[in-house]
Amino acid sequence: MRRYFGRKLLIYGLTFFVAVTVNWMIPRFMPGDPVASMVARANVARPEAVEAMRAYYNNLFGFDQSLWQQYVNFWGALFQGDFGLSIWLFPTPVSDVILGAVPYTLALIIPSVLLSWVVGNQFGAYAARRKLLDNTVLPVGYVLTAMPYMWLALLLAWSLGVIGGVFPVAGGYSFSMRPHWSWTFVLDLLHHWTLPFLSLFLVALGGWAIGMRNMIIYELESDYSNYLSALGAPSRLIRRYAFRNAVLPQITGLALQLGVLVAGALVTEIVFAYPGLGSLILNAIKNKDFFLLQGSFLFIVLGVLIANFIIDIVYVVVDPRTRAGMAGAQA
Amino acid sequence: MSLRVSELRVYYRTLKGEVRALDGMSFDLADGEIIGLVGESGCGKSTLGKSLIRMDGRMHHVGGSVELDGKELPIADDRRMNDFRFKEVSLIPQYAMSALNPTRKIRKMVGELLKSRGAALDAAELERRMDQVGLPREVLDRYPIELSGGMKQRMVMVISTLLDPSLLIADEVTSALDVSTQKAVARALLGFRDSGYVKSMIFVTHDLALTHHIADTIMVMYAGKLAEKAPAHVIVKAPRHPYTKLLLDSLPEVGVRYSERRLEGIAGSPPSLLHPPAGCRFRDRCPLAGDECAEEPPAVEIAPAHHVACWKA
Amino acid sequence: MTTLQEVAPRERAGVRREALYFAVRNGKLMTGLGIVLALLLLGMIGPLLVDAAPNQYGPQPMSPPSGEYWLGTTTFGQDIFAQFVHGLRSTFAVGVIGGGIAAVIGMVVGFVAGYLGGIVDEVLNMLTNIILVIPTLAVLLIINAYLGIRSVAVQGLFIGLTQWPWAARAIRAQTFSLRTREFVDLARMSGSGTGRIIAREVAPNMSSYLFMTFILLFGGSVLIASSLDFIGLGPTEGVSLGLMLQNSTQWSALQLGMWWWFVPPGAAITAIVGALYVANVGLDEVFNPKLRET
Repeated sequence: MRRYFGRKLLIYGLTFFVAVTVNWMIPRFMPGDPVASMVARANVARPEAVEAMRAYYNNLFGFDQSLWQQYVNFWGALFQGDFGLSIWLFPTPVSDVILGAVPYTLALIIPSVLLSWVVGNQFGAYAARRKLLDNTVLPVGYVLTAMPYMWLALLLAWSLGVIGGVFPVAGGYSFSMRPHWSWTFVLDLLHHWTLPFLSLFLVALGGWAIGMRNMIIYELESDYSNYLSALGAPSRLIRRYAFRNAVLPQITGLALQLGVLVAGALVTEIVFAYPGLGSLILNAIKNKDFFLLQGSFLFIVLGVLIANFIIDIVYVVVDPRTRAGMAGAQA
Repeated sequence: MSLRVSELRVYYRTLKGEVRALDGMSFDLADGEIIGLVGESGCGKSTLGKSLIRMDGRMHHVGGSVELDGKELPIADDRRMNDFRFKEVSLIPQYAMSALNPTRKIRKMVGELLKSRGAALDAAELERRMDQVGLPREVLDRYPIELSGGMKQRMVMVISTLLDPSLLIADEVTSALDVSTQKAVARALLGFRDSGYVKSMIFVTHDLALTHHIADTIMVMYAGKLAEKAPAHVIVKAPRHPYTKLLLDSLPEVGVRYSERRLEGIAGSPPSLLHPPAGCRFRDRCPLAGDECAEEPPAVEIAPAHHVACWKA
Repeated sequence: MTTLQEVAPRERAGVRREALYFAVRNGKLMTGLGIVLALLLLGMIGPLLVDAAPNQYGPQPMSPPSGEYWLGTTTFGQDIFAQFVHGLRSTFAVGVIGGGIAAVIGMVVGFVAGYLGGIVDEVLNMLTNIILVIPTLAVLLIINAYLGIRSVAVQGLFIGLTQWPWAARAIRAQTFSLRTREFVDLARMSGSGTGRIIAREVAPNMSSYLFMTFILLFGGSVLIASSLDFIGLGPTEGVSLGLMLQNSTQWSALQLGMWWWFVPPGAAITAIVGALYVANVGLDEVFNPKLRET
């Protein structure tokens, strides 16, 4: 088990290292003068701000130093939580901007991912080898999982928001409100949260249901299922065992899908102008705010790595074979 | 009489038509008797084994009947058959190595299986039987992945016979094992019969030499039909069916390694069971075949307990 | 051991004929392929039928679908049908390029790692796992934002470069199980080189699996490309279904009730990707007899 975690941590450490290095390299090795183009592209009208930015960047990139020194400094700044200053919201530090948006993204992504996983697995397991249900769950699942996240978001916003008028289609809370702790505000938050949550939930649901259905069928074909059937065990018991064993690859699948789910959350936020990382990234791109973009990138990578590690721990708890120190999950 | 199979026909549905895997098998199995069922791949021996406990989706019962301890087995009715499985008829599958749920400790799995069949787990009895096959008790608190292949095999043997079934089908249980383990498994099976855990047994195999050590009676099948059935020593010493003779000739001599002397086997291959030829199905490969073989030979009892389906016997 | 002879394995031509037999009778495969081919055809022929350039401003902005403008027009009077058929081309192009490049890298890495094993496998596996964990879209965001993607081809290239890891892992596992088979041993003993064995013995024996991997990579590339387009990092030259979605959102099609602007492109992406997935299930049933029963 120590070996298992050691290996995982090594991979995550290396991944983070690669991500940071890529992040450092891209602006330095891209053609042209990054400072000039950044300042020129920035939509900042005030001349004193432009001057401040130029001075800031030159200092930050430290072009008078050796590449090696620049790289070391980059890591140093990173460990102090210094991601630079945002251009779009100059001179707010990037980390502050991101930390303001992260709670919204997490509030959207955690419930939708977990719920879709649980519900999708139940649906899939139930549909497997039951003709009638299978014939509905399977096509619906394929349509859902093939949908671009933003498209389902648009459809929901249009039908339930614009036409139905049941839910608001923009923002994290009403324009007329200021964030504070009160029931009205929390209800307002929930009201705005529902549609983006629903679109994330539904698209992900399809994938999980299909995955589980296929895994269960595979498990029901397996030798231990056949043996139990030959001994007259009721299908309830066999299905319970099959579900338990089919859940394990679905947990691994959850780790593998994290990137796609994050991507889905980003574009969904953009549709609903939800004030999370997705909208932040959109603004960063519009305003050529590369520091904000790079900061968001590192935050996302870090978040995905942490989530991966949590999933690894869960896997060990759930799969007895990894605990027994034998084979089990792939590294 | 423990088991009576009469004129049993079980076919496989395939796209090209019905494959007559079991085409009119009849035999009896006495209380306390172990039958060794041998034949080439595709002769219908596994089909027979499966038919007696659980047919897979493509198999269907076409005719004939199976009677166990005086009661008719509803082999075509998967649901009604459930009452008999495990309690009356049980199975040690070919895939014993992977027959145990990988994510359950064995004690828990056995308990859940017994409970689902309305039986309570008698821990003392279970442990006694494990002792008998040389399995340490800690095995019960392990996951299958922590056991060796031989241990899993023995565990499955103990589990399958836990409810003292009348009939046990051991399907190719030795084919994946090395020679010394094969002997141990065969001894354990004999022990089960002698301890009364199972009344009678069908030992399905393609290993004629090993069968001879364990079986009282050997039954040779060819192309979905009975070729010859006789006490084990008679089959080995004085076979009457030309196919049995050829099978015995193809065995390696004592002390000669398989790798040094290639088995010649029997020339030709079994007929397609999709559209089996009329008459004796062994005719095309038989050195003795004559005109009368165009007619199907009935299984005749030529000596006490010695049945042969051959005009030349 | 006194084992009797086993039945000889069936020859390959027979297997192929059988696969074809099941393929044309498989509803899922035929439906999926039918939808994909129909849309492909529309993308090929469509642009020849409309005279309007896809981004050309027209005289009748914001008009709903009509006989003149089959799918209506945008806020700027652009013909949505013209954009749609051109967008289909981009979508197929990005799928083929992205999926193709990812498949090639995945195959090379998977074959080499799975066949050679040992330290090579260890290193390649580590590399695969690292890239697997990094969220694809996040990397593409950074790359595209800095480099500025002009064409669909370049977009496809970068998608292909980031999307291969899971394919490599799957192919590695398959290769691993094939490399100890008799026919591979035979080829090795007869002195064939590694590349030759992989190309002649290993790859053909998992060709159906490789094809299915490509299909999934194709679908994945289409979805990623549409997300990138939607965020505003799509190709700056040309039209794509994702860019249509982006424009419709940017110009408030939602609030203005111009459903004809955002429904067709999303529906087309869903149809292409969904049909590919369904066809893939069909293929799986064709090649894997165990799944055929139900």
